[in-house]
Amino acid sequence: MSLEEPEPEDGAVEVLPTAGDEIAELLGDLVVDREEHVNAPGFVIRPDAVQETLTRLRDEAGFDHLSCVTAEEREDRYESIYHLTSFDDRQREVSVVVPAPKDDPVSESAEPVFRTADWHEREAYDLIGVEYDDHPDLRRILLPDTWQGHPLSENYDQDRPQIVTLSEWENPLAEDHREEEGDTMYVNIGPHHPATHGVLHVKTVLDGEQVADVDPDIGYLHRCEEQMCQTKTYRHQIMPYPDRWDYASSGLLNEWAYARAAEDLNDIDVPEYAQIIRTMGAEFCRIASHMLAVGTFALDVYGDFTAIFMYAMRDREKVQKVLEDLTGQRMMFNYFRLGGVVWDLPEPREEFFETIRDFLDDLPEALEEYHDLITSNEILQARTIDTGVLPPEVAKSYGATGPVARGSGIDYDLRRDDPYGYYDELEWDVITEDGCDNFSRLLVRLREVEESAKIIEQCVDLLEDWPEEERTIQSNVPRTLRPEDDTEIYRAVEAAKGELGIYIRADGTEKPGRFKIRSPCFSNLQTLPEMSAGEYIPDMVASLGSLDIVLGEVDR
Amino acid sequence: MSSERDKPFVTDDTQVQTATRDARMTGSGADNRFNSKLREAFGSSPFILTKFDQFMNWVRGSSMFMLQFGIACCSIEMMHTYSVKHDLDRFAAGVPRASPRQADVIIVPGTIVSKFAPRMKRVYDQMPEPKFVVGMGSCTISGGPFQEGYNVIKGAEEVIPVDIHVPGCPPRPEALIYGVAKLQQRIAEGESSPVTVKPYELEQFDDLERDEVVDKLAEQIDEEDLVMRYNWADSP
Repeated sequence: MSLEEPEPEDGAVEVLPTAGDEIAELLGDLVVDREEHVNAPGFVIRPDAVQETLTRLRDEAGFDHLSCVTAEEREDRYESIYHLTSFDDRQREVSVVVPAPKDDPVSESAEPVFRTADWHEREAYDLIGVEYDDHPDLRRILLPDTWQGHPLSENYDQDRPQIVTLSEWENPLAEDHREEEGDTMYVNIGPHHPATHGVLHVKTVLDGEQVADVDPDIGYLHRCEEQMCQTKTYRHQIMPYPDRWDYASSGLLNEWAYARAAEDLNDIDVPEYAQIIRTMGAEFCRIASHMLAVGTFALDVYGDFTAIFMYAMRDREKVQKVLEDLTGQRMMFNYFRLGGVVWDLPEPREEFFETIRDFLDDLPEALEEYHDLITSNEILQARTIDTGVLPPEVAKSYGATGPVARGSGIDYDLRRDDPYGYYDELEWDVITEDGCDNFSRLLVRLREVEESAKIIEQCVDLLEDWPEEERTIQSNVPRTLRPEDDTEIYRAVEAAKGELGIYIRADGTEKPGRFKIRSPCFSNLQTLPEMSAGEYIPDMVASLGSLDIVLGEVDR
Repeated sequence: MSSERDKPFVTDDTQVQTATRDARMTGSGADNRFNSKLREAFGSSPFILTKFDQFMNWVRGSSMFMLQFGIACCSIEMMHTYSVKHDLDRFAAGVPRASPRQADVIIVPGTIVSKFAPRMKRVYDQMPEPKFVVGMGSCTISGGPFQEGYNVIKGAEEVIPVDIHVPGCPPRPEALIYGVAKLQQRIAEGESSPVTVKPYELEQFDDLERDEVVDKLAEQIDEEDLVMRYNWADSP
């Protein structure tokens, strides 16, 4: 890795350009035009200057995090937007807009600068049809290889028949063990396999017991979430869908991602009381999500179906009970509304608070049990410590966020770095571990559960004493929302798996013109080959478990 | 002497029978523990008279091996159904098998998309007969909230025969348990969904009718490859 810390040690942090004009000066004549996005200044550049621009922004301005790549088709052009920000200061953002002509939509790939662009650009090619020069491996990623057309482009005919093959995969490293002198073996893991946490297909090539090549093949759960959101109205119809992105009980966290983007786009305020309820609900979702991650991780690593998995499920049931009381549903909450939440806490409130307090009181003991069973278990330690190592620079280049990044010692958490909700008023810590291995990622999750419990406790204290006449759960929001034509916004929240971002371009109607989801799992999963090349195959499975991916969010 | 010899061999065993039955039905101590309800149901006869196929159906319904098969959101609720609190094992349907070759029942828990349908069909084909399918959630009924998607199969019924549909998005664990219990009832009664030709079947590429799409893909796909052709315009 030749990527070095972008910011020098000599306190030069202040001179990094942040305002639009300073960045414009830095980029000089690379900039063709300026745009103003709601979240950041946008710079239009030539399609053949992508690498130069991004390199300059990364090395000289400290924009070391390529959060998302959005591609879209406009009336007269194709566009790729690179949403850049910084791991050290999340509030510095810049969008690089790369237009490409309609008849020949080709622009330069950003993959040599940010490795995360690899999959993002493949997705853009797959769904929109923009082609990227200099991309190492530009092929379809979500849809089958034999798909005809690009479904999110403008003239796509959804009724045309499609043919999908079921044929044997080929060993990418040429000589298979079936050949005479070949000594590698090709193994399909998934898409139906207990260790892949859903319908992931990992194309693995083994050299003896070691992994010679691994290529995650995704798209087995690509259920057109972006298309769904683009055909629904802002005010009510989109909100149920986020629940189904990361369905491992992170419903409210996902809803918040959409709510945050849409509220900022439409200038909607959220009452303080509703923010506290949101914060509390979101942290419950985080606990439930981490519990599932921990339980299934133990299942992957030493097949413990009876103890730790059941314990995790038991605690999830408790959390789901609270969330059901609050929202009326066990998993698909549909509880947030733009400008607040749908209803107040359930009556009788005392009983509800007592349920929560009971849960919080039992939690330390339960976590103690987890630590006894998992983290102090020698078998698990032997399997996880120093396996699946992900150095911080690599993690940054792949755009890894959430517990995966924090397990590699990257101190990055949107709840603190780009505050939203009620988080900046509460006392809690961002957890990081320096081990960079599977064990650290597990430990980060377990410790984050404690932090979430802390946050919930403070929220409950606040809610209990909240005066009755000031319990406003929703601000006044018009029945129909029509944000101004051509306003663009990219906003992210800290979901259970990492940075969950939403890009919306309004086109003057009550439905979004382009709705793009930046899924944390999508970026995190990209690091799998990096973590498992050369390792033993059981360690690869452990690494996959430690990434805690949810295929609904990877494929969207 | 001779007259006695000529008589047919008759024994009056009613007394013995009665005594045995009473001992079995009302007996005390250890016997009672094993014999209670079943004995009462069968009465005094020491034989259970049933048709063999009925017996087999009852056995099948009472010991179902489920396939460990997770697709989407519903699989999370399915996991909850298998584990503590709901514990599907109580209904003789508890042990999820990772291999389709050991499973009797496949619960289809989630949205099926174009890339996955051929794989699911293959998994289903690998299960030994007799096999049963529980469709879990709205997506397996109609495509659910994603029905209008360009990539979504409009229900599991398009690909494999489904015995029981459990509606919901996702269904609660209680609902899934009810669905499984209903399936057991159907199996015990010897019912199952007819196996018919489905709209989307796996077939060899060169068996497809030639048209524009097939011609276009002819270079890319081997003639003998198995393919699934989606005629979206004909979907429900």
